[in-house]
Amino acid sequence: MEKELWKGNEAIAEAAIRAGCDCFFGYPITPQSEVPEYMSAHLPKAGGVFLQSESEVAAINMVYGAAGAGMRAMTSSSSPGISLKQEGITYIAGAELPCVIVNCMRGGPGLGTIQPGQGDYYQATRGGGNGDYRTLVLSPSNVQEAVDFVQEAFDIADQYRNPVMVVMDGLIGQMMEPIEWHPVPKRDLPPKDWATTGRKDRDHNNIINSLYMDPNECDRHNEHLAEKYALMEKNEVRWEEKECEDAEVIITAYGTPARIALTALETLRAEGLKVGLFRPITLWPFPEAALRKLSKADHVKAFVDVEMSSTGQMIDDVRLSVEGRKPIRYLGHAGGVMPTVEEMVDAVKAALKEGK
Amino acid sequence: MKKEIIISGFGGQGGLAIGKNLAEAGMAEGLNVTWAPSYGPEMRGGTANCSVVLSDKPVGSPVFAHPTELIALNEPSLAKFEAGVVPGGMVFVNSDVVTDKVSRDDLTAYYIPCSKIADEVGNPKVSNMVMLGAYVAGTKILKPETIEEMIQEMFTGAKAKFVPLNIEAFRRGMACVQ
Amino acid sequence: MAIVYEKSRGLTDEELHYCPGCHHGIIHKLVAESLVELGLLDDAIGVCPVGCSVFAYKYFNCDMQEAAHGRAPAVATGIKRTHPHQAVFTYQGDGDLASIGAAEIVHAAMRGEKFTTIFVNNAIYGMTGGQMAPTTLIGQKATTCQTGRTKEQAGMPIRMAELLSTLEGCVYAERVCVTDIANINKAKKAIKKAFQKQMNGEGFTFIEVLSTCPTNWGMTPLKAVEWLKDNMVPYYPLGVIKETAPETAEVK
Repeated sequence: MEKELWKGNEAIAEAAIRAGCDCFFGYPITPQSEVPEYMSAHLPKAGGVFLQSESEVAAINMVYGAAGAGMRAMTSSSSPGISLKQEGITYIAGAELPCVIVNCMRGGPGLGTIQPGQGDYYQATRGGGNGDYRTLVLSPSNVQEAVDFVQEAFDIADQYRNPVMVVMDGLIGQMMEPIEWHPVPKRDLPPKDWATTGRKDRDHNNIINSLYMDPNECDRHNEHLAEKYALMEKNEVRWEEKECEDAEVIITAYGTPARIALTALETLRAEGLKVGLFRPITLWPFPEAALRKLSKADHVKAFVDVEMSSTGQMIDDVRLSVEGRKPIRYLGHAGGVMPTVEEMVDAVKAALKEGK
Repeated sequence: MKKEIIISGFGGQGGLAIGKNLAEAGMAEGLNVTWAPSYGPEMRGGTANCSVVLSDKPVGSPVFAHPTELIALNEPSLAKFEAGVVPGGMVFVNSDVVTDKVSRDDLTAYYIPCSKIADEVGNPKVSNMVMLGAYVAGTKILKPETIEEMIQEMFTGAKAKFVPLNIEAFRRGMACVQ
Repeated sequence: MAIVYEKSRGLTDEELHYCPGCHHGIIHKLVAESLVELGLLDDAIGVCPVGCSVFAYKYFNCDMQEAAHGRAPAVATGIKRTHPHQAVFTYQGDGDLASIGAAEIVHAAMRGEKFTTIFVNNAIYGMTGGQMAPTTLIGQKATTCQTGRTKEQAGMPIRMAELLSTLEGCVYAERVCVTDIANINKAKKAIKKAFQKQMNGEGFTFIEVLSTCPTNWGMTPLKAVEWLKDNMVPYYPLGVIKETAPETAEVK
């Protein structure tokens, strides 16, 4: 298959169109603005609807309306804009609507920086809006994965009637890389017989709603959601292990830091040090069992968690998986400063000393 | 084989396009490539740089502190990135804009009068092709034919008339190094 | 025996939860009848707000979506843009539309979204317990302005129909009330016209209905009707605020 050089943000927009995205509602924000720009030029030609909304709040609610009416709906933004969308996301999760949300992350808090960041991990994996809900979170670490995941995200969303987020740091949105437009796995999807498409001959009205006034009814609704989330945890967990079989130190990282870690691995292995990489691909559901298994292996002495975050956020999930069995070091920067190969090498060597 | 290149200049000077051309040519030759821009709020005139990796293995980090080659299109770029270039690396300087010289003696420096050559060829817009020619001749990492084929694909239809101009600029750039 | 009056097919058999004397019931009926009479009901998609009419999805006999507070115009935009040939409407109160959802309604009107908004203005927050609304009148008491709204503290009440009329995309805005038979008939006519203009693809249509809230106003239903006529109508004048002729409104 022929390779084509694509910029991450434009590639995910094209991927969405190829996945049958019916409508896109968005608002400009760096570093994701190429997504709405590309959509404005190409989605209407493919028969879809593009609209630049007055705000991120409006955009996510347009997604709610269109998704509720049975459409494949999408929005994208970057960190501060995703914060604004949280209201809509919890309603979408509560009303069980499928949609795809892309977060091309920048540094925070507040306006932070327009440079790449990973400070929205909590927001993506812990909900971000109110209530007990989860979004399935896919995290690509290259443009090919971004393209593949966006296409799959529509099917996953439709299968579970749940929002799916594709979360990547700004660098993956901004960088260019060769990709192939290979077919992605398709799923058998249930009909959207719940959608508000107009009653016509149906014997009942379809209602899209997240309101349950009766506490018992709301409790049952939450139980139903929890069962759905358990099903996702059972069926949708994805991760990648590189050279973990004999590793004494395992780097945990996702997105761009995971790529940088690959270069660090090469350097360290050349020095004869046994180092591996554990890369969660679904941030939620987190690949807890796989990481726990590694933490129990005798050859594993320590972990080094690397994130584009000052305090570390994914490290909480790493800790919950490792359960105190092995020491975990943290290496991270925020504000668009990337952890370097050299820093990773030093952190691994320090971890090795500590773990022995 | 892995080349890690930083191309840096003023926004609008064409550095990002040189990087994109390198990435596309690398891809055409079957290499693994990445192109990563620095991006800022200023649309024009600020410092714009990009990082390009050409490698026969999958690319890990698309960004790096120690390039194997630096293409400096303005003085701030030379001042900012020269120190980080790996020992034995190369620096390509647009000598029509940059009057400073490379100060390290463990680097190979090429001073390319890109703007002057572009004017001689007949269009100031092709100065990037001059620099690309210099890079290709200096590193021998890419085949000149690949670039020339790419130029032919870039300008088709009504724009096909720009092909000879760009190829000439590219060859003149190569000649600066050979 | 001949049937001279029956409940509209546009309403379900669900029992309304509204307080005695509240006008929501009448306004629901008028919207429902209009949809039925225009033959739009079976294809209609409605969006209800957060506020007293939060349960309107149980009452309108068509497909419905419940929106987040103030976001009904954005939700309706998502529906109408992807279902351009179906009747779409939002039903919103004054807190929902004129306060928290001010941006959404203004921009829906600016874009000339081809749906109809029924705006029920009773100058108070009902469901949350009688707090001040952006449409609460000067001097009117509410639980968050207990000695009466003042201009100094809260500014002057907002006239949404007039505000939206300044936007090209809004092709029809009328303010009505349902205090008596004559006004109910006028309101029905206005609502029907709004839906007709929507289906003609003319642009955004807006019907503001002045309504009572006897419970939170602290009045009997009859007293509330008098209060509406004496206090609200002078500040919120009834009638057509804007109507663009169809031919000039045709935006391609």
